[in-house]
Amino acid sequence: MLKQIEGSIAVAEAIALCRPEVVCAYPITPQTHIVEGVGALVKSGALENCEFINVESEFAALSVAIGASAAGARTYTATASQGILFMAEAVYNAAGLGLPIVMTIGNRAIGAPINIWNDHTDAMSVKDAGWIQLFAETNQEAVDLHIQAFRLAEELSSPVMVCMDGFILTHAYERIDVPTQEEIDAFLPPYDPVQVLDPVEPYSIGAMVGPEAFTEVRYLAHEKQLQALRLIPEIGAVFKDVFDRESGGLIHPYRTEGAETIAVALGSVNGTIKEVVDAMRDEGAAVGSISICSFRPFPLDELEATLAGAKHVVVIEKSLAPGLGGILASNVRMALREMAVPVYTVIAGLGGRPITMASLRGILEAAAKGRLPDVQFLDLDHGAVEREILRARGIRRSGPTAENILKSLGAAAVAGDE
Amino acid sequence: MRKQLPFAITLDPGTSLANQTGSWRTERPLYVDRLPPCNNACPAGENIQKWLYHAEEGDYERAWQVLMEDNPLPGVMGRVCYHPCETECNRAKMDETVGIHAIERFLGRQAWEQKWKVIFDAEPSGNRVLVIGAGPSGLSAAYHLTRLGHAVTIREAGPAAGGMMRFGIPKYRLPRDVLDYEIQRILDMGVELELNVKVGDIEGAFEKEGFDAVFVAVGAHLAKRIDIPAHAAGKILDAVSVLRGMEAGGEPPQLGRRVIIYGGGNTAMDVARTAKRLGADESMIVYRRSRTEMPAHDFEATEAEEEGVIIHWLRTIKQIDETMVTVEKMEIDADGRPQPTGEFETIEADTLILALGQDVDTAFLERVPGVDIAKDGVVQVDTRMMTGRTGLFAGGDMVLAERTVTVAVGHGKKAARNIDAWLRGESFENPEKHELAGFDDLNTWYYDDAPQTVQSALDIVRRQTGFEEVLKGLTEDNALYEARRCLSCGNCFECDNCYGICPDNAVIKLGPGDRFRFNYDYCKGCGMCAAECPCGAIKMVAENL
Amino acid sequence: MTEETALQRVKFYQTGTHTVGNRLIDKGARSVQSSMDRSNAITSGHRACQGCGEALGARYALDAAMRAAEGQLVAVNATGCLEVFTTPYPETSWQIPWLHSLFGNAPAVATGVAAAMRRKGRSEVKVVAQGGDGGTTDIGFGCLSGMFERNDDVLYLCYDNEGYMNTGVQRSSATPPTARTATTPALGDAPGNVFGTGKNLPLIAMAHNIPYVATASVAYLHDLEDKVTKAMHIPGARYIHIMVPCPLGWGTASDATIHIARMAVESGLFPLFEAEHGEVTRSNKIRRRVPVKDYLAPQRRFAHLFKKGQEDTTRIARLQRMADANIERFNLLGERESP
Ligand SMILES: Cc1cc2nc3c(=O)[nH]c(=O)nc-3n(C[C@H](O)[C@H](O)[C@H](O)COP(=O)(O)OP(=O)(O)OC[C@H]3O[C@@H](n4cnc5c(N)ncnc54)[C@H](O)[C@@H]3O)c2cc1C
Ligand SMILES: Cc1ncc(C[n+]2csc(CCOP(=O)(O)OP(=O)(O)O)c2C)c(N)n1
Ligand code: SF4
Ligand SMILES: [Mg+2]
Repeated sequence: MLKQIEGSIAVAEAIALCRPEVVCAYPITPQTHIVEGVGALVKSGALENCEFINVESEFAALSVAIGASAAGARTYTATASQGILFMAEAVYNAAGLGLPIVMTIGNRAIGAPINIWNDHTDAMSVKDAGWIQLFAETNQEAVDLHIQAFRLAEELSSPVMVCMDGFILTHAYERIDVPTQEEIDAFLPPYDPVQVLDPVEPYSIGAMVGPEAFTEVRYLAHEKQLQALRLIPEIGAVFKDVFDRESGGLIHPYRTEGAETIAVALGSVNGTIKEVVDAMRDEGAAVGSISICSFRPFPLDELEATLAGAKHVVVIEKSLAPGLGGILASNVRMALREMAVPVYTVIAGLGGRPITMASLRGILEAAAKGRLPDVQFLDLDHGAVEREILRARGIRRSGPTAENILKSLGAAAVAGDE
Repeated sequence: MRKQLPFAITLDPGTSLANQTGSWRTERPLYVDRLPPCNNACPAGENIQKWLYHAEEGDYERAWQVLMEDNPLPGVMGRVCYHPCETECNRAKMDETVGIHAIERFLGRQAWEQKWKVIFDAEPSGNRVLVIGAGPSGLSAAYHLTRLGHAVTIREAGPAAGGMMRFGIPKYRLPRDVLDYEIQRILDMGVELELNVKVGDIEGAFEKEGFDAVFVAVGAHLAKRIDIPAHAAGKILDAVSVLRGMEAGGEPPQLGRRVIIYGGGNTAMDVARTAKRLGADESMIVYRRSRTEMPAHDFEATEAEEEGVIIHWLRTIKQIDETMVTVEKMEIDADGRPQPTGEFETIEADTLILALGQDVDTAFLERVPGVDIAKDGVVQVDTRMMTGRTGLFAGGDMVLAERTVTVAVGHGKKAARNIDAWLRGESFENPEKHELAGFDDLNTWYYDDAPQTVQSALDIVRRQTGFEEVLKGLTEDNALYEARRCLSCGNCFECDNCYGICPDNAVIKLGPGDRFRFNYDYCKGCGMCAAECPCGAIKMVAENL
Repeated sequence: MTEETALQRVKFYQTGTHTVGNRLIDKGARSVQSSMDRSNAITSGHRACQGCGEALGARYALDAAMRAAEGQLVAVNATGCLEVFTTPYPETSWQIPWLHSLFGNAPAVATGVAAAMRRKGRSEVKVVAQGGDGGTTDIGFGCLSGMFERNDDVLYLCYDNEGYMNTGVQRSSATPPTARTATTPALGDAPGNVFGTGKNLPLIAMAHNIPYVATASVAYLHDLEDKVTKAMHIPGARYIHIMVPCPLGWGTASDATIHIARMAVESGLFPLFEAEHGEVTRSNKIRRRVPVKDYLAPQRRFAHLFKKGQEDTTRIARLQRMADANIERFNLLGERESP
C-alpha cells in the first residue's frame, strides 16, 4: 500500500509486519523513530505477541536480543553511531553464536567530535564482526531489505544489519509502498531455529573454543558469508515474485554498459550519483555507477564482472580509515585485483556534509581525465586544515584540532564581516 | 530429525564425563569405620552405636535385636551398669554424654511390653555345656552358648538365679520383676536351670556326666573381715549378708538405730541406703580415704547423701564399744595413701556393717587338676577364659577383672564364643579392632546443641522409706531424642554430606543402608568430604603416584 | 485419626539442619542435594580447581532451581571461572539448557530468554542468570540494574568469590579490604585492598525494590536451597548473592572451602539475610560466633595481617568492626529459629 510516510515509520511498519516477538529499544538519533514506531504499534495492539523492551543501553539491547533469539524468538533492534560501538562486543557475539537477529543502523558519524549526522563510520566499525550488512539506497529499499533480512538471517542462522542513511533516509517523508500482512506472510515463513534453548534438548550454547578448533569456527563464519552471496540474490528473486518489485540483491549497476568511468558507492548517495550519471551521459560521457547493496558479504565477483570494461573506478564513500584512506575502496580494489585499473577514493559526506551534484560531477570528470589523486576528500576546506596544520606545527601541544578549526572558521567569518 | 548444531560453540549435555579428572588426584579419600569410644569401652562388647542407629529411627525392635547379640540383659544393664561407655562418649566434650544406659533401659522395657523374642538360627551342635552359677556371668554364658546351638545346664547353689544382681544389688536400683523377666527369657530359650545345687565336683561333671565343657562363674561371696578390738560384743555384720538377708523372703535383717558402714565401695553405699530405708535414724559410712579415692562411683555417694546418709571421710575404725565407735583421722600422703594422724574421734553407733569387699570361694576348685588360683583367690584364665583345666572356663567376679555386672556379662559372652570355637576344634578370633574414633576426628559443627535428657527420680521421702525404684525410665519421646544425640563417631550414618559436598559429583549414593562409594574416575582429591564428614568416617591417604 | 508417633513428635534430628541429608527427616523435607535423583546441573569432568566453592555453589543453586521449576529451567552464564571450567570445547558439564554470551551481559541475555519464553507460550520455563562477582558487581552491573529495574522475570545468582579469579585473581568491587589480589598486592603501608572501597550488591539490589533479595553461602546448604526455592516461586526480578570461597584465589587448602565459608558467616563478615521489596525480612542468626581473626588467619590473601611477631592488630580490629557492624545492622545474634 502506497503511503506518504517518514522512512523510519515505514521501516517500523515493515518490521511489525514481519511479526517480531522481541524488540529492544534504546534511543539514539537518527535511528530512534524506528523503535518508537515499533513501540507504538506494540502499545496500540497493532503488533500482537511482541515484547517491546526498553533497555538501559545498546549493549543491553543487543544482549536481550541475543537471549531472545537463542530462545527461539524472532528478534529485532536498531541503533546507530555511538550505540553500535557501545554494543560492539555483543555484535561480534551475536554473529559468533549464529543468531538471526535483524538490526537497523541509521547510519551516523562517530565522535569525537560528537556529530549526529550521517556517514558510514558506524557500520564500518563492525564490518568484520560476522554480520551480513545490507545498505539501502532508498526508503523503499530500506523497507524491502528489512523484510528480506529476516528471511536471510533465519535461513542462514546469521545476524543481518540493514543500513540506512541517517536523516537522509530515516527522516525523509516519501511515498513508500508498505506491503500488506498477507504479502509478508507469503514471503516470510515463521522462524524455525536450528538451535534453541529448551529443556527438552539441553545443550550448551556458547562454549569456549581453543586453538584446536578456533580457526575452523572462523572459517565456517567466512563460509556462511559466502553462502549468503548465493542466497541474497535468490531471496531477492523470490521477493520480486511476491512483491513485484526489484529490491536487494548484491549490487545495482546503473548505466554501466560501455561506461569508462564508474562510480561505486553505498546507500542513498547513489541517488545523487545516478542523477549526475544521467546528466553526464546526456552529454555523451561514458559514465555509470554501481550501488553496492551487500557490503558483507562483499560481492567480489559481481563487481569484477561489472567493472570489467571500466577505465576509471571512483569509490565514493562516507567513511574513512585514517592513515589509509578508503575502506570501501580497499574492498573494491580486492575485486579488481586482476585488473590494472585505477581505483580512486573519494571520501565524502562525513558527518552529514552535503554531497552536491556539482561536486560529484567534478569528481567524475576529473577521474575520466585520470586527474584524481588516490585519495580525495570531497569539498575539503583546504584553507582551514592547512592553517591548523601550520598552527600545530608551531606549538608542541597544540590542543584539540576540532575546536581550533571551528575557532579559525569563526574568526574567518568575523574577519569577513568586517 | 535432529538439526545440525553449530560446530564447536554448541555442545551436547554432560559430555564432560569424557574428561576423567581423577588423574589430578594426589590424595584419595577412603571410607573407614572407626571404633566408637562407647563400643570400645563397653565391657560387654556391645555395639552401642549400631543399636542407637536403629533406635534413632524408632526401630526399637531392631535396636534391641542388635543389643541382644551381645547382652541378654538390657533392662538390668540400663539400670546397674556403670556405663563406662558414657564416660568415654565423645559427646561429653561437646555438651553432655549420650544417656546410653537410659535408652538401653527403654529398649529393655519395650522388649518386655512387646514380648520380643531373640532371633537366632544356630543348628543344635549336640554339645552339652555346664554352667556353674546363675549370676550375670553364668546367665550370659548360657544365653550365648544357646544362641550358638549348644545345650546348656546351669547349676546354682542359691534358691534363685541372678547372683549378686539379686542378692547384692538392692531393689530400689533393680526391681526384681525386671530381673525375673530377663532371666526367664533366657531360660525360655531352652536353658536348663537347677537351683539349690551347689556344685562341688567339677571333674565328675566332665567324666561322669559327660559335659563337653564347663563354665564356672561362682562370683565372690566371702565377705572380707578385719580385726577390730571390741570391748563389748557390739553388733558386727557384713554387708553381703545384710543384703542377702533382704532377699531371703522373711523378715528383713534387724539393724540398730545408728548404723555405721565401714568401706567406700558401692556395696557400702547400697547397704547404707538400705539401712536408711529399713528405718535407721543414722546411716553413716566410715571410709579411710577421701571422696576422690573411693571405689564407689560419685553418683552413688551423691544419691546416698541425698537420702541422708552421712559419710565420714578419712577415718579408720580403731575400736568399738556397745554404743561408741572410736575412729582415727587419716591423711592422704603424696602417694595417695591414707596415713594415720594420731587424732581420734568417737561416733555414737549400735551396729557396724563391714563392707570391705569379697573373696572368691575357691575351695571346690582347688581339687581340680591344672586350675591355677592366685594368692588373692582369683582364678587364672587365659585369653580364651579357659582355666588350666582343659575345657573348664571361668569368668565374672572370680577371675581377675573389674567386678561389675557388665564385665561379668562380657566374660560370659567371651567364654561362650571361645567354648564354641574350642568345641569345634577352632580358635575364636575377635574381628580386628578398628582405630579409635577420637573427638578430633569429628566435625562437630554439624551437630545440634542438645543437652542430655534428665531421668526423673522418686521424691526423697519415698526414697528414704521404701524400696521403690529411684530412677524413672525414659518416655518414648525422650528415648528417641536421646538416641538421636549419638554422634555416630567414626561410622557413616548416611548424612549425605560427602555426597552433597563433593564439587565434582564424585560420590555415588548407593541408597538407604548401603552408604556411598567414591567415583575415583572424577574425584580430584580435594579432601572436602573428609573435612566435612561429621563423624570422621572418611580418611585421606596419599595416592601412589 | 491416627495417633501421632514419637517419630513425628520428636523434631530433633541431631544433624538434620546442618548436614546435607538425614535419614530421619521426612522425605519431602530433605535437601535437594541429598536426593539420588537431583539433577546434577553440572556433572563430573568439569575443570574447576580442587575444592572450588563456585562449582559446588552453582550445583547447589541450580539443582534446587531445577527442582523448583520441575526441570523447566534455562541458565544464562556470564564469562568467568564457572563458564570456563564447565564448557571448554568439546565437552560441557551442563545438563540443563545453558547459554553463555559475554562477561557483562548475562542479566540482559536472561531478560531476552525470559521474554522469548513468554512469547513462545512457554512461561513454565524459568530463567536463571549467573555470574561471578566481577561479572555481577562490576562489568555486568549496568545490565543487572536494568534487569532489576524492569522487574524482568529472572533469578540472578551471583557467585561471589571476591575477585576476578578466572583472569588470575584481580580485585573486584567485592574484594574485601586488606585482601591481597594481583592488582592489590600486599605492599606498602596500606597492603592489599583499600578500606572504604567496594560495594554491597545485595543492598543495591534491594534499593531497586525488587520482590526478593537474599544472601546465601555454600556452607549453609539448607538455607541456600530454601532461598533458591523461595525465589523460584516469586515472579519478577530476584537476586541471590552466594558466597563461594576460591581456594586458589584465597590461598586456602582445598578441603577448607566449606569451613572458610562458614567462618565468614559465623564471624559476621558475611551476613545471611533475606529481603522482600526492599525490606530485610529475616536474617540467619550466628550459631557459634567466631572472631574475624579465625576467618582471616587461614587465608594466604590475608597473610600480611599475621606476620610472625607483628600481627596487624589495627587492621584486624577494623575488619572486626565491620563484622560487628553487620551483626548489629542485620541483628545476627538473636534467638535462632528452631530448626
Ligand atoms: C551390693 C552390691 C552392689 C553391686 N552393684 C553393682 C552395680 O550397681 N553395677 C554392677 O555392674 N555391679 C555391681 N555389683 C557387682 C556385681 O554384682 C558382680 O560383679 C556380678 O554380679 C558378678 O557376677 P558373677 O556372675 O561373676 O557372680 P555372682 O553374681 O556373684 O553370681 C555367682 C552365682 O554363683 C552361685 N554359686 C556360688 N558358688 C556356687 C557353686 N559352688 N555351685 C553353684 N552355684 C554357685 C552364687 O549363688 C551366685 O548366684 C555389685 C555388687 C554388690 C555386692
Ligand atoms: C569484556 C570483558 N572484559 C574482561 C574479560 C576477562 N575476564 C574473563 S573472566 C574474568 C573474571 C571473572 O571474574 P568473576 O566474574 O568474579 O568470576 P570468577 O572467575 O571469579 O568466578 C575476566 C576479567 C572478558 N572476558 N570480557
Ligand atoms: S580459580 Fe577459584 S573460582 Fe576459579 S575454578 Fe579455581 S577455585 Fe574455582
Ligand atoms: Mg569472582
